[in-house]
Amino acid sequence: MEHTLNKVFQGFYKDSVALMRLSRDLAEMAGVNEAALMMGSPSNKQILKDAGLLADDGAAAEGGDLILAVRAIDASAAQNAANAIEPQIKSQTRTTTGDTVWQPQTIRAAAKANPDANLALISVPGEFAAAEARKAISRGLHVMMFSDNVSIEDEISLKTQALEQNVLMMGPDCGTAILEGVPLAFANNVTRGDVGIVGASGTGIQEVTSLISNNGGGISHAIGVGGRDLKDEIGGISTLMGIDRLDDDAETKHIVLISKPPGKDVLPRVMKRIKQSPKPFTVCFIGATDLNLPANATAARTLKDAAQTALGGKEFEEKISSNTSSLGGRTKIRGLYSGGTLAAETQVILLDAGLEVASNAAVPGAKNLTDDGDAHQIIDLGDDQFTQGRPHPMIDPEIRKEPLADALADNNVGVILIDIVIGYGAHPDLAGQLADMLSGMQGENDPIIIASVTGTEQDPQVRSSQISALQAAGIHVAGSNADAAIAALDMLGINS
Amino acid sequence: MTSDTDQSSLLGGKLSVINVGLDKFATELADHDVPVVHLDWKPPAGGDPELAALLSKMGT
Repeated sequence: MEHTLNKVFQGFYKDSVALMRLSRDLAEMAGVNEAALMMGSPSNKQILKDAGLLADDGAAAEGGDLILAVRAIDASAAQNAANAIEPQIKSQTRTTTGDTVWQPQTIRAAAKANPDANLALISVPGEFAAAEARKAISRGLHVMMFSDNVSIEDEISLKTQALEQNVLMMGPDCGTAILEGVPLAFANNVTRGDVGIVGASGTGIQEVTSLISNNGGGISHAIGVGGRDLKDEIGGISTLMGIDRLDDDAETKHIVLISKPPGKDVLPRVMKRIKQSPKPFTVCFIGATDLNLPANATAARTLKDAAQTALGGKEFEEKISSNTSSLGGRTKIRGLYSGGTLAAETQVILLDAGLEVASNAAVPGAKNLTDDGDAHQIIDLGDDQFTQGRPHPMIDPEIRKEPLADALADNNVGVILIDIVIGYGAHPDLAGQLADMLSGMQGENDPIIIASVTGTEQDPQVRSSQISALQAAGIHVAGSNADAAIAALDMLGINS
Repeated sequence: MTSDTDQSSLLGGKLSVINVGLDKFATELADHDVPVVHLDWKPPAGGDPELAALLSKMGT
């Protein structure tokens, strides 16, 4: 008889990436039907409960406890699996700089022992992230907060505190930054140069920095600010501070702003700040129309436009051959995106071509996915509905499996668009993983798949190797996400 | 406004990081020769977020 077992490790912490790996190993053990390892926060316990994985022991766990949860074919299989994984749970992972033995337990101790420290990179669970950031800011440290699920009230409070202390608060939910040529969190190894970026979008920064680097330009610094910074509630505090920093930076000659359309109160403040700068700006507020830009700023409709404009209007086009003969009357585009801003860019391109578009992260002019009718569907797989209790698709690309199977089986879908976002932080072989996933799914008259690879040759995954792996799997590869969307239009015989 | 070489500007100086959370970020920074201290972090206040927030506001 199926049995659910919970084992609680009191006061025991492992980070979410380590827990994902252990969960996967546990799930693959003999007789195991489902398994998870999670910290015992109320939200995690609810996820375990919804998955039928919470037993009495787990329900009694505290936020600082680790819960091992396994459902197996019988009690003995569950116990055997738990026993087998326990040594791995308790083993220490490699940490930090190699020769450092002592590890401080608090920011205060770390800052005291390292007076030169100037940045705290925070990626703890969201419910604890604001508390850690507050401690860092009060010690004069800049903060990059990768953590999400931080309340907007906490974000306002932290950014206000940062403004008072004259330190940058990048985030929450800041996935990408490049400072002094160093990629932080999910970022790419790009050439250094004179283009500075302030972005409220991680994958937006990755696409623009990679395109600039791959086409002869370079990046001075890329400052992430978190996706909500330009909402009226936050007031663009970090964006404006980021512009100040890049304005003062002698290395930066051109500044690019990337965001969703700002709030109506914030927009004039940003415009005023741009006007005060002696430097030229490129403004890419994806989905925004009728921007009243100052004379030193140029609007970019897409991320690719932004990269081209930052390089003085240089055109970088990589057309891929189009073959419409095998579409068999299927007319719809289905986008399956790990990058929210890449999904937004594709929506803008499809809307500009006069198409009806639906998305779970709709840009202005697109519909919500729930009332899509027969629109083209662009899905952001990094959205909360897909990532509740599991890592982002750039770390765990398995999230794409079910929507991909659905798209392949849908007789209306002619072209599937996919983004492969490589770089630090990301899965080591997204292209190979996609090829493996597809090998068990494809039939004879499948839709055409077009992908683009965001990243550079210097990234750990090596962009050209990823492209080769995709092409070997029969996937068309475009030079950028925008080019992929335009190729999809071409293949469907729609003029872009 | 801060000067380019001022530590508080972040840009124009040398990056030195305190990593709080994912171990792999510390490893990647170290691979870039960035000085990094990885905290031996555990959920504070016994894993109670509200108490942890309160303690941080008190400066502890």
